[in-house]
Amino acid sequence: MEMQKLNAIQAINLAIDHAMAADAKVLVLGEEVGDFEEGGILGVTKGLSTKYGSDRVRSTPISEQAIIGAAIGAALGGYKPIAEIMLMNFMTVAMDMITNHAAKLRFMSGGQTGVPIVIRTLTGTGFGNGGQHSDYLESWFAHTPGLKVVAPSNPVDAYGLMRSAIDDPDPVIFIENLASYWNTAEVSGEIVPIGQAKIVRKGADVTIIAHSLMVGHSLAAAESLTKQGIDAEVVDLRTIAPWDQEAVLASVGKTGRAIVVHEAVREHGIGAEISAVINERLFGRLKAPVQRLGGMFSAVPFAKPLESAYAPSAAAIEAAALSIAKE
Amino acid sequence: MLLEIYRRAALIRQNDIRVIKEIRAGRLVTSYYSPRGQEIIPSAVSVSLDERDKICTIYRGTHDMLAKGFPLKPLWGELAGRISGSCKGKGGTMHLTHPESGCMVTTGIVGSSMPIATGLGWAAKLDGQGAVSVAYFGDGAANIGAFHESLNMASLWKLPVIFICQNNRYAEHTSFANSTAVERLSVRAAGYAMPGVTIEGNDPEEMYGAAKVAIDRARAGEGPTLIEALTFRFNGHVLGDAAAYIPSAELEKAKAADPVPKLRQRLLDDRVSDLAGIEEIESAIAERIEQAVAAAYAAPTPGIEEMKRDVFAHELA
Repeated sequence: MEMQKLNAIQAINLAIDHAMAADAKVLVLGEEVGDFEEGGILGVTKGLSTKYGSDRVRSTPISEQAIIGAAIGAALGGYKPIAEIMLMNFMTVAMDMITNHAAKLRFMSGGQTGVPIVIRTLTGTGFGNGGQHSDYLESWFAHTPGLKVVAPSNPVDAYGLMRSAIDDPDPVIFIENLASYWNTAEVSGEIVPIGQAKIVRKGADVTIIAHSLMVGHSLAAAESLTKQGIDAEVVDLRTIAPWDQEAVLASVGKTGRAIVVHEAVREHGIGAEISAVINERLFGRLKAPVQRLGGMFSAVPFAKPLESAYAPSAAAIEAAALSIAKE
Repeated sequence: MLLEIYRRAALIRQNDIRVIKEIRAGRLVTSYYSPRGQEIIPSAVSVSLDERDKICTIYRGTHDMLAKGFPLKPLWGELAGRISGSCKGKGGTMHLTHPESGCMVTTGIVGSSMPIATGLGWAAKLDGQGAVSVAYFGDGAANIGAFHESLNMASLWKLPVIFICQNNRYAEHTSFANSTAVERLSVRAAGYAMPGVTIEGNDPEEMYGAAKVAIDRARAGEGPTLIEALTFRFNGHVLGDAAAYIPSAELEKAKAADPVPKLRQRLLDDRVSDLAGIEEIESAIAERIEQAVAAAYAAPTPGIEEMKRDVFAHELA
């Protein structure tokens, strides 16, 4: 395809469009995904029901269990559904379908049935949406065998990971970020394999490991750190489960210092897992303890000063890097 | 038709007797949710289903699976946790699966057969070949949110789904009266603009008739139906449950009306078959079960490497 300047909303829309054009088995369902309901609250699926018909692009009732159940059933019947759960907190309503069924049917059936579905969901702090519309819950899903979890940080990866997620034979949770939705980039249609991180900034002194919105914050911190003589490498995980151990360990093996950053609550977050593996594999080569930054141990607060303090900032990442750079 | 129903019901009954015998002897180690007393329901439904059609059921579901055509050898292999099981011994009694016979999902979660059967109905509708899906569930599941979400979605989209509630009067240990605000679950169908009927599930003709109407309706593109099939659970919730919460008079009355011997007698009385014919059917079933049991115990258990397989389509490192 021709290079196009797109934001993440447009890139995801284009990826689904391309997949639907290529394979009549690809379906879309979710609340308000059809054009009569404006193609999603922010228009990610705009135009698809008009182009492919409302049999393949189904607006649903507000029924998260039935949405995921219908996706699982359609997958068992030979289709490749992309289910939208409008916001990540609403995934909680469908957890039985996601973790007991989508994740486990392949194993529990001894490989007779698979569930090739994509669950798209949106989240992120910064918009005053409070405690039930902003959470990052990726570690819940990463902790469940049978699920893959991806979280692109930019439109290029959003396109490429969506194409891979749709083609994947197993269920993929596709996490979209609200604050970076409108950032644009030149999208060429490159496919991004699931499970491959990307070094988005090369550096020698410290490795910052991030995904989704935190990649941008990490890059900003890295720029600022150069002024203080610290050369930071930034790894965009892109896929959270299974995460790219090889890329992360190669980078940390080189720099000897690691900071893991995520917007999700720090305690029991994926940073703990990544930090543990770094310690297990690189213990003797680390120059400083692995740092973990994450959301505060509270519900996402409403009041602006609190919400702004909730998730790691570029300044916090910079401070963490400085704290270990001298060791 | 009655003879076809009996073939299935007799298989389910004999199989249940044998499973319980094996568990009591310590040769099978599994939690077991006996379908005793509920055999007629899936037997009478399944004679109107064919190989295109798919079912989802719950942990009390061996009767639904056998009636649909789940073969005995992979079934017993699975009950015994052997590699010869349909799920390579990795699913077990509560997760029996055999897509070739249309047995798509057995869930251990109350109510979860319904959303998935709804999706199978969506796939069937998109395929446009007239296939249907059946969701089997119990009376307890009618009080969980998934029931309501599924019925609404299936009706809204006119999906070819038949929701069959096997109302065996007890949701685990809680009686229907103590758990459910309505006297007849079929009235809930009106809330989702679909036909709903309450019938004697243990009456083969009544069950057959109601299922046939619902299946024909679904095949014709007219949408889903809710069938409340009244029945009774003879062996408590899980095997070993003494079921002290069931008044003994109630249980005795139900057992006195045991639907499987009743159908057998009916076949003889109506001269649908003579005794020799029935006994031939029964001994053939016994022989098949014997072979399946022997094959299961002779098969090896799955190797530890199986834990790395089927988590994903690719094998884990």
